[in-house]
Amino acid sequence: MSADLYIALPEISLLLLASLVLVVDAFSSDPEHRISFWLTQASLVTVIVLVVTSFPETGQLAFHSSFISDAMSAVLKISMCAITAIVFLYSFEYLKEHNCLKGEYFVLGLFAVLGMMIMSSAYSLLTVYLGLELLSLSLYAMVAMNRDSSSASEAAMKYFVLGALASGMLLYGISTIYGLSGSLQLNDIAAAINSDSINQSFLVFGMIFIIIGIAFKLGAAPFHMWVPDVYQGAPTSVTLFISTAPKLAAFAMAIRVLVDGLLPLMEDWQSILSILAVLSMAIGNVIAISQTNIKRMLAYSTIAHVGYLFLGLIAGTPAGFAGSMFYIISYAIMSMCAFGMIILLGRSDLEAEQLDDFKGLAERSPWFAFIMMCVMFSMTGIPPFLGFWSKWFVLKELVDSGFVTLAAIAVVFSIIGAYYYLRIIKLMYFDKAVSMTAIKASQQMRTVLTINGLAIIVLGLIPNALMTLCLMALTG
Amino acid sequence: MITLPNVLTLAALLFCISVAGIFLNRKNIIILLMCIELMLLSVNMNFIAFSHFLGDIHGQVFVFFILTVAAAESAIGLAILVVMFRNKDTINVDSLNTMKQ
Repeated sequence: MSADLYIALPEISLLLLASLVLVVDAFSSDPEHRISFWLTQASLVTVIVLVVTSFPETGQLAFHSSFISDAMSAVLKISMCAITAIVFLYSFEYLKEHNCLKGEYFVLGLFAVLGMMIMSSAYSLLTVYLGLELLSLSLYAMVAMNRDSSSASEAAMKYFVLGALASGMLLYGISTIYGLSGSLQLNDIAAAINSDSINQSFLVFGMIFIIIGIAFKLGAAPFHMWVPDVYQGAPTSVTLFISTAPKLAAFAMAIRVLVDGLLPLMEDWQSILSILAVLSMAIGNVIAISQTNIKRMLAYSTIAHVGYLFLGLIAGTPAGFAGSMFYIISYAIMSMCAFGMIILLGRSDLEAEQLDDFKGLAERSPWFAFIMMCVMFSMTGIPPFLGFWSKWFVLKELVDSGFVTLAAIAVVFSIIGAYYYLRIIKLMYFDKAVSMTAIKASQQMRTVLTINGLAIIVLGLIPNALMTLCLMALTG
Repeated sequence: MITLPNVLTLAALLFCISVAGIFLNRKNIIILLMCIELMLLSVNMNFIAFSHFLGDIHGQVFVFFILTVAAAESAIGLAILVVMFRNKDTINVDSLNTMKQ
């Protein structure tokens, strides 16, 4: 029993620390919530240290094998905590500026991270579900955080209803798989399917519902309806959070359920995911072109990126899964920088969320225009930036597995997508600024954003460092 | 004698009713919340049926977790509903369209 507790030590510590932040915040009278903020950051660092020190060589099972600690979960947990810490640094600035700084933001964020960590360590369908709900419930509340905003409450309501619908679908799929295989444990399910005594078509029926749940959480077309509205309506700090760390958790969920649990059905899920991938790339890249709100445009770009993420899963090899993991981690880094830029340009009375707000940025601030240019080049997939390598690894594995047509479609859509990313660069460098107001942001914000932007270039120059880590995580 | 397919059919029917309710209802958001509850309960019925006929206790344990999560989910859903009513003075489903372009 105590060995079980030791395996789940990072999660248990995070739970205690999050509760501590909640209590400390309730009793602190500081209107700027500095104590809660630094305590939150300290909690995330503590968890990173705990995960690093107990880095598992092989998979360790705990709690009647419903929880697993392996290299993949460890790498994902470290990335999630690090990404969330940076997200909170950006958010702190934004929330202060917009007078909606509340301690609950950090508490809910920590609980969401706990949910993500449980998802990445889940080894039974029950754990998958509980982690997912802990994450989703925290996110619903975070979207509605700005209580006086009509669009935020509308976004929260849409997110909630569609999210609950997706959870229901997922549960229906889980119940079917449970009924057919007689177990909730992922490895037992795989063994039961391999034994060939189960009706294949019923299994696929259950699996489709599970894939709908995963696709919804990732925001893949045709289950993407919530993404643009939530990205646009939520406060930018929350959009920033939703578009980064939870995507890693959804990726972990896909790997756990589809690869650890339903690997014998690989041919079936490959064909379903191919449809989702093509639809996501098409809808995301094409509709993004017509957007004038940059948050909405980045929402459609997320949908497109999820399509590319699926390509690595479709490849169906450990190297392909590692490519997907590389893709989602690098996407989180790029997305963080893009939304950080929106926060940087915004002021208390104005959100810089229209494309026109980026006009003439090169005159106002050459350095931040340069960073934004790197982010946009990287999202387009131009070498030597990080985003090029993520597309490269995924497509390479896809072609190696023989899906040449799919790879060709992906390349065509990424060329279409280049239009709206490059349009931002054109606005920044070749258009006149609407107003020349100086950018008002703290030194801390500027430093973090600069580091974030440089990370895209540096990781793009040495892509093998991150790729080796991903390969190690998925091949054990 | 009630057989497994009987119960599964009932659960599937309830599930379809709840999904149809979510998509067809154009009036009131509270009805959406009711549909969500119905959906989770139909899944519970599935779990209990499988658990009973498989002679395996895990399905029933899962049901307890779903019930707990459903309670937390409704609490958050109703809280969001209150916030929305304060901002918009309506809980009409049709009022949820101010962000379309």
